[in-house]
Parts: sequence; structure tokens; C-alpha cells
Amino acid sequence: MTATTKRTARAKRSRGHPTSTPTTPDRPELYRQMLRIRRFEEKCVELYSAEKIRGFMHLCIGEEAVAVGVMQALSADDAVVATYREHGQALARGLRMETVLAEMFGRSTGCSRGRGGSMHLFDSSLRFYGGNAIVGGGLPLAVGFALAEKLRHSNRVTACVFGDGAVAEGEFHESANLAALWQLPIAFFCENNRYAMGTALEREHAQTDLALRAASYGMVAWSADGMDVLAVADAARRAVELVRESGEPCFVELHTYRFRAHSMYDPDRYREKAEIAQWRTRDPLPALAHRLRSDDVVTDADLQRMEDEIEAEIDAAIQEAEAGPLEPVEELTRFVYSDPGARP
Amino acid sequence: MTALPAVEELTYRDAVRAALREALQRDERVFLMGEDVGRYGGCFAVSMGLLEEFGPERIRDTPLSESGFVGAGIGAALAGMRPIVEIMTVNFSLLALDQILNNAATLLHMSGGQLNVPLVIRMTTGAGRQLAAQHSHSLEGWYAHIPGLRILAPATIADARGMLQPALDDPDPVLIFEHGSLYNVVGTVPDGTGGVDITSAAIRRPGTDVSIITYGGTLATALAAAEQLAEQNVAAEVVDLRVLRPLDDAALVDSITRTHRAVIVDEGWRSGSLSAEVAARLVEQAFYELDAPIERVCAAEVPMPYARHLEQAALPQPEAVVAAARRTVATHA
Repeated sequence: MTATTKRTARAKRSRGHPTSTPTTPDRPELYRQMLRIRRFEEKCVELYSAEKIRGFMHLCIGEEAVAVGVMQALSADDAVVATYREHGQALARGLRMETVLAEMFGRSTGCSRGRGGSMHLFDSSLRFYGGNAIVGGGLPLAVGFALAEKLRHSNRVTACVFGDGAVAEGEFHESANLAALWQLPIAFFCENNRYAMGTALEREHAQTDLALRAASYGMVAWSADGMDVLAVADAARRAVELVRESGEPCFVELHTYRFRAHSMYDPDRYREKAEIAQWRTRDPLPALAHRLRSDDVVTDADLQRMEDEIEAEIDAAIQEAEAGPLEPVEELTRFVYSDPGARP
Repeated sequence: MTALPAVEELTYRDAVRAALREALQRDERVFLMGEDVGRYGGCFAVSMGLLEEFGPERIRDTPLSESGFVGAGIGAALAGMRPIVEIMTVNFSLLALDQILNNAATLLHMSGGQLNVPLVIRMTTGAGRQLAAQHSHSLEGWYAHIPGLRILAPATIADARGMLQPALDDPDPVLIFEHGSLYNVVGTVPDGTGGVDITSAAIRRPGTDVSIITYGGTLATALAAAEQLAEQNVAAEVVDLRVLRPLDDAALVDSITRTHRAVIVDEGWRSGSLSAEVAARLVEQAFYELDAPIERVCAAEVPMPYARHLEQAALPQPEAVVAAARRTVATHA
């Protein structure tokens, strides 16, 4: 059967494929978005210490290039299924900072009306579907989004972001198989930060080349530098184009690192300080800032203005979020079921 | 006497298939997905012929990936489709429990009302066919524990025919439990298609002396017991829960207010069970109506054994229901 042959033929790794016409990304804008996420999360740490944010909070500091690079490749019609380390992805997708903060403050003006918190940011108007805190649990959902698009013959892409930990879950393998078997328009983005909470990649996977594992399902799979937003943007753009044009899935492994602990509760005893320091030398922000300056694309004054504008945005967002009302306790059980009269 | 219009006899299996066919015909967004639903015709032959009629895109065979395809059903529902996902048995559904609980039942609330999941999941439940401990359990009570789900247990041909469409019309996830022993049962659907409600319990046999409360596969057990009790001058009322979540408390209280005695028959295990929940609600809401301790007849607390005599010994039998009912009427207020 030709389909089988075709799948077998594609069951090999593809590095640097597929090719597509290069476009020039708006490098200062990519930098600005990463900086915005970095400063936002640094402020979140302060707010957490001040006990204004509670619960589990997972920061993507160090991984901003993944969030920004992937989200800029998508169009408004595409769907995003993300993880619980999703502040950066949410902001890059376009969720308003004040609704994200309001959510973490537990306000009814939060993007999930105070029912989700840091790990469960949603905005259906932006087709941003979480905010999934069961590792691997978002992957089957993404398969379903892609299946719906295939059945409707649309050309919308579903982007599914998950970590290296999820690749050890059965749901990853079921989802990869379904996506390849049914030829679904889904782009899998594996944000490989080398740790499943405290368990290092080498201690969680027999085969640590995660793109190779995905390729075994018969989809195009490759790796890219997740610490370089231009590399991520290029890989993501090519992945999304491939999926949109072929209707088939693909897998991109983005090598990255979180500079901070797994969550605010994590004493981070399982990593060597030298390892963290080594990865910090590859911080995606100063690297790009340096290139932008040396290419005379921005001046120091431009960068300072960015800092100032972001600081002002964050301050205003905090004020607005704090002014938001708490969800009335009478609304506690609302949304367990759809409101009466609601029809899908 | 004027001749009534001919009412066609059909099996429970036929009734489910007719409901599926009608749903697929009336809404392009509906599709059926599960293990062997297509080329095989369904593990229990429920979907036989549907592949030929609707094609492989809408009668979609899946790999053995319960979590994967149930999750895909949730995603497709969120994206505007109306999937019907079939899981072969409730025991296998445990492989998809993460998706059912953490996503289907949870997303609407966790997203502050943004993400309703209009998904229908059908699965077989129950024992009686010597399929042993990994294909025979009655775990619907576990699902009835979960806020955000609607749990249906069609025990009659009419409910098998009529519950699917309102389930599809529900904006939230609905699980339909079909007891495996029912597929060959023959009956009729009163008005051909029979729209039914998916909110209320039903009185299957009126009575005044004791309420036998049950659902699904043990409805026949309860009716057989009621017949035997009638011969002993005990008028038992048989209440079919039909909807396991949310429970129709008013119907239960009404029945107890008539009979003042209750026997709960449940093929699930007794401890921490649906029968326990029903008993608790009767005590909470109708304590002063009760003239006797509530009785429960449940499956023995063992993994379901294979040998026929052992399996039957583990299951609620009419004789045990009769004995329990007689104990309640022997107690006088």
C-alpha cells in the first residue's frame, strides 16, 4: 500500500528540512517580546514573595525564545495547546498582561475568572487552550483539534507545546501515532529544558534524542536551538508552513534551559550551579541585544526605551489586576455545567 | 377496535445503532470514533453497517489508545465537532480516566466558562457474560462521582434509542453506560424514535410497599424480584435511576414517601458506591419517611470471577432482592 510505503520512507530524520523561502523576522520585536516576558516573570517572583500570587507557579525565564519564536509563526486562526509553564506562551499569543495577572491574583477579571491560576491560562477568543498541568495531557486534545480541522477541510494548524517530560508519557506516544496515522495538521513543539521537574533528561529517557523518537512515528522531525529566538522562529515558521501545506504533522525539538527552579517550591538541589551558569551564558536576551546593537538595528536608547515601556506596562497591569473584583462566592459552582440555555 | 400502527420489535443493539445512524444523518459535525467501530462493526456489533453508510472519516477506527482517542474526542468537541467516542468496556476506560476527569469534566470550570466540551462517550459496563475481572466491572458509580459529567444508564430499548440525541444536544460531556447483557434484549420503542429526557428517574413498576431502586443491567433483576414479591402480596415499586449524575433526588424522595421502604440494587461494589450515595440522600432528605432500615443488594466485593456459578454468586440476584424487600416490610413503624 502506497500510504504505508510513504510513511516508512518518511520515517527518517530531517535536519534543516523542510526548506522554504526565508523571510526577515522583525528582530527588535522578537527581542521586545522576550524582554516583556522576562520582566513580567521577574515581577511575578516579587508578587509571589509578597504572597499576592499563590499556588504552583512555573517560570519560563531562560526559555523565552521558545514561546516567542513559536507563537510568532502562527496565525490568529490556528490553535495553541500549551503546558503549565505557559506565562510566556500566553503573553506571546496575545493574552493581555492584566488578565493574566488578575488570574494569578484570583480575580474574576482573570482570564479564567480566578478558577485556574498560573497553570491554567485560557483564552478561547485567541484559540489559546491552556494551561494544561497534567504532563502529556494536552497532546491528545491537540490531536482532536487537528482532527476537527481535517474533517472540516480547513487549513488551520494546531500547535502543541510540551516538555521533555511529556515524551515519557504514554499520551505522547498515542498522540504522535494518531497524528501520523491520520495525517493530522499538527505541529508538535517539544520544549526540551532537560529536566522533568528534578529528573535529568539522561535519567528519564533511554533515548535522549527526542526528535529521533518522534521520527519513528513517521513524521518529519528535527531539532533546533531553543536559546536563539531567530533559530526558533525559523524552525517554527518552517514547521507551520509544512503542516499547513501538507496537512501532515511534524515535530520540532527545541533545546532550551530554565534558569530558575521548576516551581517556586523547588529548592533546585538536583542541578550543578556550574551547569546553570554555563547555560546562562547562552541567555537568549543579551545574545540578541548584542547582535541588534552590533548590526546597528537598535541603539542603547532604543533598548532603554523598551525597558521603560515594559516597566510601565507591567506597573499598570498590576494596578488594574489588583483593582479587579474577586469572583463572588455565589459563583463557586458556576461553570461546572454550562449555564442553563447554553447551547454549543 | 382500531388497529394500532405496527410497532417494530428491535434489539437494544439495534436501538443504539438506529440512534447513531440518525445522529450521523442529522448533523455533519457528528462522528463515531473508537476501537473496531468501523470495519469490524463494533465489538458488540452495535455499529455494524455504519462504515459502509457514512465512510471511514465519520466511522473512525482507532488504535488501542484510549487516552489518545478520548482526548482527541475532547479536542474535536472543543473545536466545534460533535464526537461520539466508543470505549469497549468500562474497565478499558480507566486508561482514559485522565482525559475524562482532568479535561472533559474540568475544562469548563477551570477556564472560567470558556471551554464547554460537547462530547458523548459510550461504553459497555457490567458482568454476566463470563468475561472475568478485566471486562466485567460496573464502575459507572466512579464516574458519577465527578462534577461536570452527566452519566446515563439506558436500561430499556426506548432509552437506548432515545438518550443519544439529547446527550449530543447537551453542551457538556455525557457518558452513556450500556450494560453488556442488554444488547440482545428485544423490545419496542413506543413512538418509533422516542425522544426521552436525560434528567429524570422513571417508575418502571408502581407499588406501595417498598421501593426497589436500581438502574441499567439490574433493572431486569429488580422487576423479576417485584414479580415474585407480588405473588407474596408485597407491592414493590421499581425505580430506574436512568441518570446517575445528577441524581433525580425528587423522584427518589417521592417514591419513598409512597412506600416508606427502600432496597437499592447496584451491580457495582457496595463500599463507597452509587448505592451508598442513594442511601445517604434518602437518609438526608427523607429520613422521617423511612419505616425500615435501607437495604442494599450489590455485587460481592471481589474481582469478577470467570466460572459461571461464581460469577452468578457475585451478582445481585432476584432472590436476594426479594429477601431484602421482605426484611424491610417485616419492620413496622
